[in-house]
Amino acid sequence: MIELRNVSKIYTTGERALEDVTLTVEEGDIFGIVGKSGAGKSTMLKLMGLLEMPTTGEVVIFGENAGAYRGAKANAIKKNIGTVFQGFNLLMQRSVAGNIAFPLEITGKRRHEIKTRCEELAELVGLSDKLRAYPASLSGGQKQRVAIARALATNPKILLCDEPTSALDSFTAKEILRLIKDINAKLGMTTVIITHDIHVVKAVCNRMAVVDEAHIVEIGKTAEILANPQSAKTKELLNFDI
Amino acid sequence: MEYIETGFFRHHLEVFLEFRSVLWESTLETLYMTFATVTMAYAIGLPLGMFLVCLGKGGLFPNRAVHAPLSFVINTTRSIPFLILLVALIPFSRLIVGSGIGNNAAIVALVVAAAPFIARMVETALNEVDVGVVDAAKSMGANNFQIMFKVLLPESIPSLIRGFSITTINIMSFSAMAGVIGAGGLGRLAIRYGINFWRYDIMLIIIIVIVIIVTIIQFLFNLLATKIDRRI
Ligand SMILES: Nc1ncnc2c1ncn2[C@@H]1O[C@H](COP(=O)(O)OP(=O)(O)OP(=O)(O)O)[C@@H](O)[C@H]1O
Ligand SMILES: [Mg+2]
Repeated sequence: MIELRNVSKIYTTGERALEDVTLTVEEGDIFGIVGKSGAGKSTMLKLMGLLEMPTTGEVVIFGENAGAYRGAKANAIKKNIGTVFQGFNLLMQRSVAGNIAFPLEITGKRRHEIKTRCEELAELVGLSDKLRAYPASLSGGQKQRVAIARALATNPKILLCDEPTSALDSFTAKEILRLIKDINAKLGMTTVIITHDIHVVKAVCNRMAVVDEAHIVEIGKTAEILANPQSAKTKELLNFDI
Repeated sequence: MEYIETGFFRHHLEVFLEFRSVLWESTLETLYMTFATVTMAYAIGLPLGMFLVCLGKGGLFPNRAVHAPLSFVINTTRSIPFLILLVALIPFSRLIVGSGIGNNAAIVALVVAAAPFIARMVETALNEVDVGVVDAAKSMGANNFQIMFKVLLPESIPSLIRGFSITTINIMSFSAMAGVIGAGGLGRLAIRYGINFWRYDIMLIIIIVIVIIVTIIQFLFNLLATKIDRRI
């Protein structure tokens, strides 16, 4: 479903964010990417979401070398990918319904279609009573639910989540993770979760990769890696407790 | 003391009544120049500001080679004192509106002064929109047109309205100087009576009229901006 083939990313500033990264995310899987701040996790997600182009290597999505696409061709692929961000990134001047409607408006859906879909999605994320509220009046957990509903609006085949729980308290974080897991089970979309917290990966991901200083240091089944970590970096992440 | 104050008030009331028709005419002329300038300056400044945002660093289609000279022209125009611009543009106004003096000539100069100011303000307002929100729209496959008209502009509307209020007041204040090139309005009235005849009583009435207009504009637009803003 998503493949990175020998991908390197050097930003125009000269920053080497990723070096020779290769990984595959299977269809319907929940894949976790974990690593410290600055490791290159968000860069990886931006490549998968076609927000950045690889410097070298290929980003293959739905079997196409989509990493090289620009403009309308890239936009067409992006409409099959939903993204959830750490900072929610909601439109502050639009209501909850308006936010969920946004990606549908972009794809030129009809009014009544949009309305029905908004109600469906609000129900799915448990916000049916908040459709007319504005983001400023919502709690962090509710904002992230709106963001998830918005990411799911166009029925994407891929859901990318960049630190979806980092801005939330641990209780709300668990609720959001459970929601993502439920949605994956119900709708079967390929899901990638980025986090600096290995416990998040442990809780929801089937497969995982550990990233450190622009490289993948370990990749495989979550259960196996956690039971028998090979890399010193993985052990470091596992043993980190305050 | 009481007598003097009552006399002061009564005197100015009498002057006001005596001059009310010329005051009214001048107010209308000022409003006409302000309104015409605001309309045309926004017709130029708003798209120019949007264009600047697109060309700027991190914009929708960054292009330093176009952004830098454009930015330079805007800064230069903005740094010319209005009084000098007003006189310097007389030949240009003659070319555009057929006369180098009068209300319409003043409007030409006012537009030239206000459009770059508006462009900068629009640029600032649009650049204040959270990059994360723009990223989110891009991640959904929004094209540049959609990002501009569905994200950047709607998200910055409260800020644009506040800017509109400041611009309008500035233009009105600048239009007072246009009396120098024979334009009408409260500015010319103040120059004619206040400076030529030392009529400080008329001057005071003109100041009160201007303060009232400015207060109304400020109040209405701030109310509108607050009502519209969903962040509060
Ligand atoms: N747009 C950019 N331009 C230049 N350098 C960048 C850009 N985005 C990221 N970087 C750099 O690339 C490196 C990796 O950044 P990235 O955001 O991918 O890390 P991350 O693992 O997501 O970190 P965090 O946990 O702090 O979000 C960092 O050194 C960062 O400074
Ligand atoms: Mg990050």
